[in-house]
Amino acid sequence: MAKNKKRTIRTIPQERTPMPEQPAHERVKNFAEVACGFSAESALREAERCLLCPEQPCVAGCPVGINIPGFIRKLGEKDFRGAYDTLTDTNLLPAICGRVCPQESQCEGVCIVGDSLEPVAIGRLERWVGDTAIAEGWVNIPYIEPNGFKIGIIGSGPAGVACAADMAKAGCEVVVYEAFHQPGGVLRYGIPDFRLPNAVIDAEVNNLSKLGVKFECNTLVGRLFTIEQMIDEMDFDAVFIGTGAGYPTMLGIPGDSLNGVLSANELLTRCNLMRAKEFPSYDTPMPIARRVAVIGAGNTAMDAMRVCLRLGAEKVYCIYRRSRTECPARAEEVHHAEQEGVEFHWLTNPVAVLDDGSGGVRGMRCIRMELGEPDDSGRRRPVPVPGSEHDFETDLVVFAIGTNANPIIGQTSKLRLNKRGYIEADDNLATSMAGVFAGGDIVTGAATVIEAMGAGRKAAGSIKNYLRIRDCSRDYGSEKSLGVGMHFGLGLGEQNFARVRVA
Amino acid sequence: MADAIQRASFEILGREDFSEVTYSLVIHHPMMARAAKPGQFVIVMSHESGERIPLTIADFDRKNGTITLVVQAVGKTTKEMQQACKVGTTLYALVGPMGVPSPVGAAKKVVCVGGGLGVAPIFPQARGFKEHGAYVIGVLGFRTEKLIFWQDKFKACCDELILCTDDGSAGIKGFVSNGIELAISRHRDIEEVVAIGPPLMMKACAETTRPHAIKTIVSLNPIMVDGTGMCGGCRVKLGDQVKFACVDGPDFDAHKVDFSDLMMRLRRYAEEEKAALHRWSENCRMKDVVGSVASDPPSPAQIPPDLMRELLELPDAYDEVPGG
Repeated sequence: MAKNKKRTIRTIPQERTPMPEQPAHERVKNFAEVACGFSAESALREAERCLLCPEQPCVAGCPVGINIPGFIRKLGEKDFRGAYDTLTDTNLLPAICGRVCPQESQCEGVCIVGDSLEPVAIGRLERWVGDTAIAEGWVNIPYIEPNGFKIGIIGSGPAGVACAADMAKAGCEVVVYEAFHQPGGVLRYGIPDFRLPNAVIDAEVNNLSKLGVKFECNTLVGRLFTIEQMIDEMDFDAVFIGTGAGYPTMLGIPGDSLNGVLSANELLTRCNLMRAKEFPSYDTPMPIARRVAVIGAGNTAMDAMRVCLRLGAEKVYCIYRRSRTECPARAEEVHHAEQEGVEFHWLTNPVAVLDDGSGGVRGMRCIRMELGEPDDSGRRRPVPVPGSEHDFETDLVVFAIGTNANPIIGQTSKLRLNKRGYIEADDNLATSMAGVFAGGDIVTGAATVIEAMGAGRKAAGSIKNYLRIRDCSRDYGSEKSLGVGMHFGLGLGEQNFARVRVA
Repeated sequence: MADAIQRASFEILGREDFSEVTYSLVIHHPMMARAAKPGQFVIVMSHESGERIPLTIADFDRKNGTITLVVQAVGKTTKEMQQACKVGTTLYALVGPMGVPSPVGAAKKVVCVGGGLGVAPIFPQARGFKEHGAYVIGVLGFRTEKLIFWQDKFKACCDELILCTDDGSAGIKGFVSNGIELAISRHRDIEEVVAIGPPLMMKACAETTRPHAIKTIVSLNPIMVDGTGMCGGCRVKLGDQVKFACVDGPDFDAHKVDFSDLMMRLRRYAEEEKAALHRWSENCRMKDVVGSVASDPPSPAQIPPDLMRELLELPDAYDEVPGG
């Protein structure tokens, strides 16, 4: 790379480096990854497309504020380890985020190159660095000085692991509790192998274990012990709740309790976590349907449809009441689903599931919609077209129309919830209980993996403040401003204090 | 799996076989023994490639740090566990206690009804009511005298115990619903009936108490995956409401439960379950053949093929006649 020459929009490679993919007709028959990943040459070429501009809008566009030009610069200089180090300063899970972040609406969406050309493929570069680190066995274990604090994390999904990583690096003893028998949360049960292979989750979770984070599976916090018990009896100095919003929204139409109707969560959990796709080697069943209708057009719906194709469905319909413009899924996922043969029915809403007389599904009655005035979300509200009912023949109906707060923590603690059942947290993600913080979907409602990770990291910052652990990202003020409040050259604000618990 | 992840081992400390198909497992889990309350359940995975099955906690011993599960060998997983779960072995996964605990504080006079496999999970409720000072009438249903278990445990916590057998070989001849009628005829002031058993039995109990307008609670056990309110597979209909048995239950008002919906949904994977059981028992038979050729001493846990055939012909738990 010509270091001295300033890159301009005219000098960089104009075309975005293509991502090698399994051809659609082959990949619908397997669960291997669709996007195969960059080669080193492709990564170097794509790295050259970054202008290394001083404005760095991508950093602001990233929910966790990764130093994106920094890692791309190191990558371009063939300092791959350096690129990994830069990435892991802010994000310990690059191989996961590079795969599942909606980059087009975050870093890549604000990339200056994107003003005139296609934006730099930041996500693909991040993934390449993350994969290279896994292949090379790189782990960044900083020197950690134990500080004696014990942090409990509830849920091993993206919010939980992000918080756990930060607290472990700060020197705390961290225990992550997970109700399932394997850690990872939605990364494990929700996102299918062809988007995020299990081996990648294992590798990244292993890195956290090397930081000293303890994972305790098979633990349902709230029922096995309560959050109050964690603080009062189990000696946790702070607790972070990242239990997510997994409670599926029901269809609420006639026939929705028929045996061929299930939530995308159930379908995905059966196939991903419980390996129903390998039935009967694995005991959990998932019957193969010939025709499947999936309701909804978010990322979960896309995953459900593509899983059904791989399980052997001949026909998969996507039923969505709005139009393609309003579809909330990542652009790449919709594109992949289309390539694989999913039939999209935009502006279509189900009104009833039709039963086959023996408890199963024979079809689904739908109505056509048209777009009216914008609603609260700013998207045009779909309204039914009278008399436009029509039937689909289908054997399986999968609904992916949103989720609600998980109720268990609310049922078992005195934490204040909002009226929709989500945990109330202030701007610092502190809940109504001292020392208890919450973040991710359980606070905001369903969102993305990286937003949950951002919340986990933000909560980690708040926990450090709460415990008065020195946080290098925080400005403690100069010696002068603190003046008399100094002890042995340390400001009072950054000292640990002993908590006195009054029963 | 990531090797750095600590795996708790859930050791089986005790086992008792009540009949050819029913067995109890006493599992070491001090924390759960401390947390468990009547009416709650666990999810078990016996091995890494197994399925997650919900089982009601039949007993818990805080002093010894154990919980007890009673299992009926009806499908592939439960039959496989019957062979594999010996004292000293461990379960791959065990999570709980799950579900909302049954309120056992308020009522002064209650009837606790258990039919067949429901006899075990009704025990902690009967004991819980007794501990709260209620007058407890136990109604237990079995197919025949030979299948009766835990009679002494119930005697210790029930003020009255009514045994029902389908063939009249012990107690009264008839179903648990006959037992409930007997209890109602003797006591005019029954405040609550709690019934656990196969869906048909619970439905019969609901219909028995409905004309008397006695509050009746049933514990539902639909198909579950996670047990944490995430998959929606365990949804049940209560009037026009949809509830999740795992986080909203498992106890519900029997007079509102849509039992036909419940029974239909229990058959969701009937075909796959049957196929899995068939495949597995074929394998067992093959092992038997290979074993006899190699003239290995027959292991007591191995089920002889003719018995296996007999077991296979047993109706599944959900088909059971009222009364167990």
